[in-house]
Amino acid sequence: MKPTFISRIISSSFLVAGAAVILLPFVWMLSLAFKPRDEIFSTSIQLLPSRLEWSNFIFALTETNIPLFLWNGTVVVLGILVFQVMFAVPCAYALTQRRFLARKLIFGLVMIALMVPFHVTAIPIFLGFAQVGILNTYWALILPFIPTAFGIFLFRQFFAQLPSDLFDAARVDGLSETAIVWRIAFPLALPAATAFAIFSVTTHWNDLFWPMIATTDPNLATPPRGILYFRDEESGDNVGPLMAAAFIVTAPLVILFLMAQRKFIQGLASGGIKG
Amino acid sequence: MKLSLEKRQTLTNLWLVGPATLAMVLFIFLPVAIVAVLSFTDYQFGAKTFNWSWLDNYIKLFSSSIGRRAITNTLIYVAVVIPFSVGFGLLVAMGLFRMGSWAPRFSNVLKTVYFLPIASTLVAMSVAWQMLLHPSLGLINQVLVAFGAEPHNWLSDRGLVLYTLSMIGVWSSVGYNMILFLAGLAAIPSELYDAAEVDGAGSSWSRFWTVTWPMLGPTTLFVMVITATNAFRVFETVATMTRGGPAFASDTLVYALYREGFVYFKAGYASAITMVFFAFLLMLTLLQFWVIEKRVHYK
Repeated sequence: MKPTFISRIISSSFLVAGAAVILLPFVWMLSLAFKPRDEIFSTSIQLLPSRLEWSNFIFALTETNIPLFLWNGTVVVLGILVFQVMFAVPCAYALTQRRFLARKLIFGLVMIALMVPFHVTAIPIFLGFAQVGILNTYWALILPFIPTAFGIFLFRQFFAQLPSDLFDAARVDGLSETAIVWRIAFPLALPAATAFAIFSVTTHWNDLFWPMIATTDPNLATPPRGILYFRDEESGDNVGPLMAAAFIVTAPLVILFLMAQRKFIQGLASGGIKG
Repeated sequence: MKLSLEKRQTLTNLWLVGPATLAMVLFIFLPVAIVAVLSFTDYQFGAKTFNWSWLDNYIKLFSSSIGRRAITNTLIYVAVVIPFSVGFGLLVAMGLFRMGSWAPRFSNVLKTVYFLPIASTLVAMSVAWQMLLHPSLGLINQVLVAFGAEPHNWLSDRGLVLYTLSMIGVWSSVGYNMILFLAGLAAIPSELYDAAEVDGAGSSWSRFWTVTWPMLGPTTLFVMVITATNAFRVFETVATMTRGGPAFASDTLVYALYREGFVYFKAGYASAITMVFFAFLLMLTLLQFWVIEKRVHYK
């Protein structure tokens, strides 16, 4: 058994070394967030702080707009998710459980829409929003993401597996189609909805492209945009609080990921089919 | 008023499908059409009128040194990220898959670590990378100096910056590829390995080439296309760490589209950049559909 033992040692050391590289920016971020000022601006090697300096976190949470950015991020992300589900679920239900003429056409549109990256639509949407005068509002950050071809696709796949007898029975019981969608189909699709929610929330919490375009008001900044405002104001002087802020911004998703790993991986991996 | 059954059914369908379809037309199809038209004009944001400039924007993009730089930079970035991210993703997945049989807990912990960059906010992590790569205060240069090596200006050296960003791109995507490969590995029936062993493929090296690699072929293609699609959209790291600089050395298509469109307000030119970016991605997406189709046939 000796060769296996040696090969195990070798492959494990490579895996651990790789994991250390992956962790490096996380460790450095936390280390700087906890380091006292003089240790941050020292050029000697010091991977970890000599003592934990909490003042950086207190500064980030009380002297900066980070709490506001977190709030903006929450509003935008939940706003997007709620509207996406409200629009996508009935559509996906009708595409699988109802027969009508335009069904194939609409599904074709969904498949084509899957191929359009958001970046492509940015210029006309910006123009339109400028015309209507809703740039620099929460709506500007939420509206463009309501049509989610990916969401319709995901829910459609799930609804297609449900037996149509189930819905026929509900119709016999006198339920309206809207009631069937929200009281029968949607609760059954909760696994798909969770995967979609994780995908949607992560995507939009982390997005920088559209918030940089649609808002110029720092008070509307989502977390990634806000971090950059903070960094540019401080011009490299306040590294400790900046790292604390970066940690605070990324923490909610990381904690969620650590708590629900399997769901998370499933949700983000399902995004792979999205163009 | 009583409606006929057929009319009521139509109204119900409209009520269920209409909002989503309308939103798709309004926010996806209409904008795509508009951006295509704008790419043939000299329109500027805020202007009252525009002139048709036909192919001028495209000619400018492909013939000016800045435009060409954005395209080649993006292609180089993608060409560097694909082999490293897919290669490391495969190695890590195979290592963790084997480790799973004798140390499942530890294997899972490592899997979590490798996936961490995907779950975290790339802009925040870019700010951390920026400090890690800081010329004098960053850990990487400090360690290099301690070992007597030359420190580098990772993010402000024109020859280096694009490769630094590529490595960060690898860092942020390797865990995703690992997950896809792990799924591919789990789907390989273990009888195949037994059969290979009977046929004399005893070493892990020959087992890899006779069983693992051919069985993972379709997965690998799929992973490569996905990595390419994501790498083409590189924006966050560029916008956070370099803003396309120094001297456009790290300018990419999406960053150029942002800068020309929303900093310089050249809507027409930015639309042309958008269309070129879209064309690249469409080719990749079609390839992706083809690969998915192929992968299904394999099963």
